[in-house]
Amino acid sequence: MTELTHEASLEHAHPEHEGTGVENRKLGMWLFLSSEFLFFGALISNYLLYSNRAGFPGVYPSEIYDIPFTSVSSFVLLMSSLTMVLAHNAQTRQDVNGTRTWLFATAALGSIFLGGQVFEFTEFIVNFDMKLSTNPAASAFYVLTGFHGTHVAIGVIMLLSLWGISRRRGGLSDRQGLNLELVGLYWHFVDIIWIVIFTVVYLLSVPPV
Amino acid sequence: MTATAERPATTIFRRPSSTKGLWSWITTVDHKRIGIMYGYAAFSFFIIGGLEALLLRIQLSQANGEFLTAGAYNALFTMHGTTMIFLFVMPASSALMNYLLPLLIGARDVAFPRLNALSWWIFFFGAIFLYSTFIFGTSMAPVGVDGIGGVDGNLAPGGGPGSFNFLADSPDGGWFGYQPNAGPLYSPGTAMDYWALGLQIIGLASLVSSVNFLVTVLNLRAKGMRLLRMPVFAWMTMITSFLLLFSLPIIAVALFMVTFDRQFGSLFFAANAGGDPILWQHLFWLFGHPEVYILILPAMGIVSEILPTFSRKPLFGYSAVVFAGAAIAFLGFGVWAHHMFASGITPVAQAAFGLATMTIAIPTGIKIFNWLGTMWMGRIRLHTPMLFAIGFVAMFTIGGLSGVTHAVVPSDWQQTDTYYIVAHFHYVIFGGAVFGLFGGLYYWFPKITGRLMNERLGKVHFWLMLLGFNLTFGPMHWLGLQGMVRRTWKYAPETGLEPWNLAVTVGAFIIALSIFIFMINWFTSRRRGRESGLDPWDARTIEWMAPNPTPEYNFAVPPVVTSLDHFWHLKYQEDVEGRAVRVADADEIVANIEHEQLNPSSPIHLPNPSYFPFFFALGLPLMFYGVIYHRTPWGKALILVGLVISLAAIIGWAMEPLEEPHGGDGEPADHELDDRVELIASSAEGGGGPEGRRAAPGGETESGDD
Ligand code: HEM
Ligand SMILES: [Cu+2]
Repeated sequence: MTELTHEASLEHAHPEHEGTGVENRKLGMWLFLSSEFLFFGALISNYLLYSNRAGFPGVYPSEIYDIPFTSVSSFVLLMSSLTMVLAHNAQTRQDVNGTRTWLFATAALGSIFLGGQVFEFTEFIVNFDMKLSTNPAASAFYVLTGFHGTHVAIGVIMLLSLWGISRRRGGLSDRQGLNLELVGLYWHFVDIIWIVIFTVVYLLSVPPV
Repeated sequence: MTATAERPATTIFRRPSSTKGLWSWITTVDHKRIGIMYGYAAFSFFIIGGLEALLLRIQLSQANGEFLTAGAYNALFTMHGTTMIFLFVMPASSALMNYLLPLLIGARDVAFPRLNALSWWIFFFGAIFLYSTFIFGTSMAPVGVDGIGGVDGNLAPGGGPGSFNFLADSPDGGWFGYQPNAGPLYSPGTAMDYWALGLQIIGLASLVSSVNFLVTVLNLRAKGMRLLRMPVFAWMTMITSFLLLFSLPIIAVALFMVTFDRQFGSLFFAANAGGDPILWQHLFWLFGHPEVYILILPAMGIVSEILPTFSRKPLFGYSAVVFAGAAIAFLGFGVWAHHMFASGITPVAQAAFGLATMTIAIPTGIKIFNWLGTMWMGRIRLHTPMLFAIGFVAMFTIGGLSGVTHAVVPSDWQQTDTYYIVAHFHYVIFGGAVFGLFGGLYYWFPKITGRLMNERLGKVHFWLMLLGFNLTFGPMHWLGLQGMVRRTWKYAPETGLEPWNLAVTVGAFIIALSIFIFMINWFTSRRRGRESGLDPWDARTIEWMAPNPTPEYNFAVPPVVTSLDHFWHLKYQEDVEGRAVRVADADEIVANIEHEQLNPSSPIHLPNPSYFPFFFALGLPLMFYGVIYHRTPWGKALILVGLVISLAAIIGWAMEPLEEPHGGDGEPADHELDDRVELIASSAEGGGGPEGRRAAPGGETESGDD
């Protein structure tokens, strides 16, 4: 993502281009995210393939999900999309304090979600003895949710960077404002993926009988 | 808040400014220089991959050959395939796309020049990482596994623990790394890790450039260049980028799964623990089939530029060619299981994928007939680029036809894993993609050097290569139908396969000779070739309105496009009988445009060079070495070092001033660009006018600098 920010875009050099009208970096972000959809699509398919194959040794992830707990952490992540929108909205209104607050809130909610994931993994490994190498279903679960968690973590880092820049410079420039919008796009994407994971992986998958 | 506030006072983040020497290449963000680096790298790997192939062919030239061990043979065909696909054809296409895309659409550079440099450096380090397996990698026989290891000659060890065997200690699971053969159980040792992680890095490079090219095509076209006025090569670049964008994430997931299996004990493909090897095949080919179109579509684009130029006719059915390209790409995502007809997928799936595969022949046929229609009744000039384009059409058609024969499932059961398949994909990839790429090199050589390649040597190269190619891959059809299996390192004399195998080997050496002649031609013509002038081929598209060799700023005045084949229509008009009549000279046209539209007071803005793409890319292989050796303390340390380097580079990248302060012009006009190249102004001051500037090609780019 950071690769996509701050790029010396040539667009302004000669505005008389034929084009989509979407700013270069924003278009780049959309394209990148469309690729990411397939990345997670493949990971989710892997999980679905293995999650209800009978006969593996050890526990299946679907036997030990703590749905109430994960519902709460999913709700937290969902709320972070709301705070992200508020941050963007504050930025467009040039409300420096508001932007900063909501950016921080988003990062904080994201971190809480990550904390939940760490707790969940620990729980599964320590109490239920389900490791990456327990069976293919467990492998698929950890790699899928692990990659999602990594995406959230990268998002948190980007949010905190924006927050830090805003604090040091007393606000975000227009250019940084665009970065905020890009981080927002990324953040909503990560949330949407989680909604899919929560629904398909947690709520709908049942252990094989 | 403006850009001024974002410019740190320190000089640490000053942007580099050298224009000559090694640093200028390391820090360049110029799409043309990046293209040149891609080109030389790709060609080097073509030579390496070719030498590997020659070793394979020496082994097979006689029955019961003793030249290579089985382990070395496995390693060499794996590295040959991997090299030719990922380190030669893809980057070679990338080279031409980089160099030409902005020129074709009338832009000054790609949308994200620094990201472009990043793609190149990631590719570069990824390729080195992959090849370092020959030095660091180990490939061991799975001794003791189910009692099969080491006993059967086919599983003979490459190096074995503690030993060092330069050729054999490299990946040996085939270019598609089938599981569980390439998994931890049957391929212990680190070589397959180098393969999986190397491809992961190289894939990232392609992903980044696909985003970059797409934004460039979608947002940076010259005024008037509507999508359906773009040259076909620009179209194919765009379609290829979409294919990359949607297929790379799938192979990325698959390669991550392999790495997790091999390094961290996950069980995705561990057949003995319930893992599903067929899943690997699905994921690999879901990427792999689009990949073959990633290889061929750029060449189809190149050929669609060459054929009209040398037939002196517009491309027959331009929009049909474009839409057929899009249709091929779209259908290409729905046929992957034709690589798995022998894997036990259900009969319904076999029938469906067989039929789907056949439908691809329709848009492919449309293209072929349009190319023929382009040449039909044309006033054909058989210059070297044209020869290669015609060679492409002929050879690719043969490959396409054998492709349809294995879309027929029962027939494919006979063909799969035999030399018939080897013949098929070499006709499409070598006869197709590689012929097309060579055509493109001869065609656009003047854009890069300002000179023409030697025609006579070019023709010798073409005819030798055509002969060698058909002698090499033609007989493979019948060898395969006679039952010679693919990837065998020995065959018995009684099989009667020897004569044709010898012919194949001779053919391979003829190809090698032709490539040698090409290299002589390239390196002598670069310095001593005939000067090309502005428009050596009487071309149709606007990249030829920029001077040769292309200056750093591409176009002094970016063209305003009014039609397809814009340049041609400026040069020719139809008379009453519908014949094209020349109305203007190419040099005149460009001189006039510059005379009328050149605005000396508005300098050309070009992006600054940057250190950070290089360093960001440098961190990746370090991290991945660390992953391979993560069980050792220094492995963990390497991960950390790589991470620190890449993170530091990202921070530097973000902090880098978007422009260097420049004297006089107090207003940082467009925030992101500098006016390092004030050529227009200086040439106007020099009084030489546009003609004067073009008369001194090359040198002035540097002279205008700092
Ligand atoms: C009319 C177009 C084409 C058709 C119908 C077709 C069909 C097929 C089929 C059915 C196979 C699987 C054979 C087997 O493994 O049993 C195959 C293999 C292959 N094709 Fe094509 N193909 C076409 C065009 C291309 C193109 C354009 C390329 C590359 C530029 C290509 C590259 C390959 C490669 C590399 C393989 C071998 C993969 C392996 O190692 O198993 N094909 N083709
Ligand atoms: Cu295929």
